[in-house]
Amino acid sequence: MKFLPFLIANLLRKKVRFIMTIGSFTIALFLYCILATIERSFNQGVEVAGADRLVVINKTSIISPLPFSYKERLTQIPNVKHVTYCVWFGGIYQSEKNFFPQQAIDLKTFRDMYPEFKVVPKYWEAFKKDREGCIVGPSTLKRFGWKVGDRIPLRGTIWPGTWEFNICGTYDGTRGDDDLTQFWFRYDYLDERRLPEFGKGTVGWYMVKVDKIDRAAEVVAAIDKRFTNSAYETKTDTEKSFAADFVKQIGNIKLIMLSIGGVVFFTLLLVTGSTMSMSVRERVGELATLKTIGFSDTTVLLLVMAEALTVGLVGGGIGVIVGKIYTLTGDPTGGLLPIFYLAPQNMITGLGLGIFIGMLSGLMPALFAMRLRIVEALRRV
Amino acid sequence: MVSVNGNTHESALIQVRNLDKKYQRGSEEIHVLQGLNLDVDEGEFVAFMGPSGSGKTTLLNLLGGIDLPSSGSITVAGDEISHMSGSKLTAWRARHVGFIFQMYNLIPVLTAFQNVEIPLLLTSLSKADRRTHVEAALAVVGLTDRMHHYPRQLSGGQEQRVAIARAIVSDPTFLLCDEPTGDLDRHSADDILNLLERLVKDFRKTILMVTHDPRAAERAQVSLHLDKGVLIEGQKTGR
Ligand SMILES: Nc1ncnc2c1ncn2[C@@H]1O[C@H](COP(=O)(O)OP(=O)(O)OP(=O)(O)O)[C@@H](O)[C@H]1O
Ligand SMILES: [Mg+2]
Repeated sequence: MKFLPFLIANLLRKKVRFIMTIGSFTIALFLYCILATIERSFNQGVEVAGADRLVVINKTSIISPLPFSYKERLTQIPNVKHVTYCVWFGGIYQSEKNFFPQQAIDLKTFRDMYPEFKVVPKYWEAFKKDREGCIVGPSTLKRFGWKVGDRIPLRGTIWPGTWEFNICGTYDGTRGDDDLTQFWFRYDYLDERRLPEFGKGTVGWYMVKVDKIDRAAEVVAAIDKRFTNSAYETKTDTEKSFAADFVKQIGNIKLIMLSIGGVVFFTLLLVTGSTMSMSVRERVGELATLKTIGFSDTTVLLLVMAEALTVGLVGGGIGVIVGKIYTLTGDPTGGLLPIFYLAPQNMITGLGLGIFIGMLSGLMPALFAMRLRIVEALRRV
Repeated sequence: MVSVNGNTHESALIQVRNLDKKYQRGSEEIHVLQGLNLDVDEGEFVAFMGPSGSGKTTLLNLLGGIDLPSSGSITVAGDEISHMSGSKLTAWRARHVGFIFQMYNLIPVLTAFQNVEIPLLLTSLSKADRRTHVEAALAVVGLTDRMHHYPRQLSGGQEQRVAIARAIVSDPTFLLCDEPTGDLDRHSADDILNLLERLVKDFRKTILMVTHDPRAAERAQVSLHLDKGVLIEGQKTGR
């Protein structure tokens, strides 16, 4: 602690250089935070997926429908606790770039399936009373400036025509990375309006909740077996592996992120490493004087390491804070990244990385300072 | 009493016996110190003179424990330092030696006060005690009013006085000065020499000083010449 004024004086020796070094850390860590946020956004489905929830889709493909009548049969399968169903709507609000997910849901069973989404009773009651009602996530409300009570027209892409909905309310997630962009409306409204040749009486997929997590595998097998050789065979999976498969189709996001991040941090290491070396080499005489006075080799080593660590901590800290503030302003792509959330564990990892790179960049100069021989160093100045 | 003949006299604070220092430069061996003897009592002010390259700095470095002899022994206040390990020697230096260099060697980013405080950072003194010591040392060198100036805001003579304050602040056993006035004008040099004299007279410090300047050497009680690797006595000034 008593070395602190000395440490600070050393850091501020060349202010421009100090600011540049801190800046490098800030930029690198900011980038790290954004990459971590994007990666999370792609993987959020996997992260938040319930292990006790199964997705039942048509074996042919996810866009092929399943009969409505499967609901009863699914309910009869042992260890099945809840069944609900959804239909992907794919409507467009004004322009195609205004993407957000919309699904038709079943009023009676939806909330049993997704307890993580909270809807205040007032909103849900209004939704129950209004056939053309919808519940819209807060992110989407904010994005388009909608309010509860507004009437929203969507242009159908699968089911032609303009569909109008009344916003009855909104919901909230109970976890930091719950998707808050969704738009739910009533299945009965969809099914009533669509024509028989456009899938009347079918659903997009079923969601099944098992009563015990360790029975999930058995239930998966039982469901698919139940519908073999029927006109609509099924493919069942846990929500988690379903989401993971989906992410895999987008590509190995993690690898791309790691590559970019790796290059950035390696560059950072080289830049700050050479800066630290330069700053230590300029001070050979001073370091020798300190040793003459009685500073041990270890103390000198620690002083240099402390400088490097401080740069990493301060620069990295600012980067992480700026990153967090930036993510709080919401998804910059306007819908591609529904969950734009920088998790605390990513912030801690980021800060740790900053400190680690700082220490690593200080290691060589610190060893140099430690090994410096007084007599030779004094002759040099 | 100061002697250079190696006859043991028990009371000497510093005893150097048969000190040898060789440097290897390529295939050539430079034998700088060759069986040098020296005894210095407490409270003495000794000047070393000699041509450039005669080994004066080498001798001070050995006495101050920042270099190791090729052979021979150096004993200070009963401690034999020529065989101490690196970390023991470091601790010994912090406790016993105050260094004063020709180029002052202050830390440019620290104020006069902070520069003088550096040796005390290695002690267990409290912040308040450190302040008291630093202020006392700066008062001795007459720089109380320049306490918060940075080295670049001080004249050469003032910088050297800060360096002296830094050397005496932890009350070391002896002071080593390598051409302390070498970079100063006559007037500032006299100030520094007056100060060193006062340290010996009023504070009973022991000072070993290398100098090229005969007028500086005159201020010492004894001046010794380094010649062909050994010390020979010059004239006693009788002060
Ligand atoms: N590390 C070293 N390696 C090789 N030779 C050295 C080394 N240090 C000193 N010498 C040589 O030892 C001799 C004595 O050097 P030293 O610096 O002690 O002389 P000096 O009396 O202090 O000279 P000056 O008056 O110029 O300061 C010189 O010839 C010098 O070149
Ligand atoms: Mg010299």
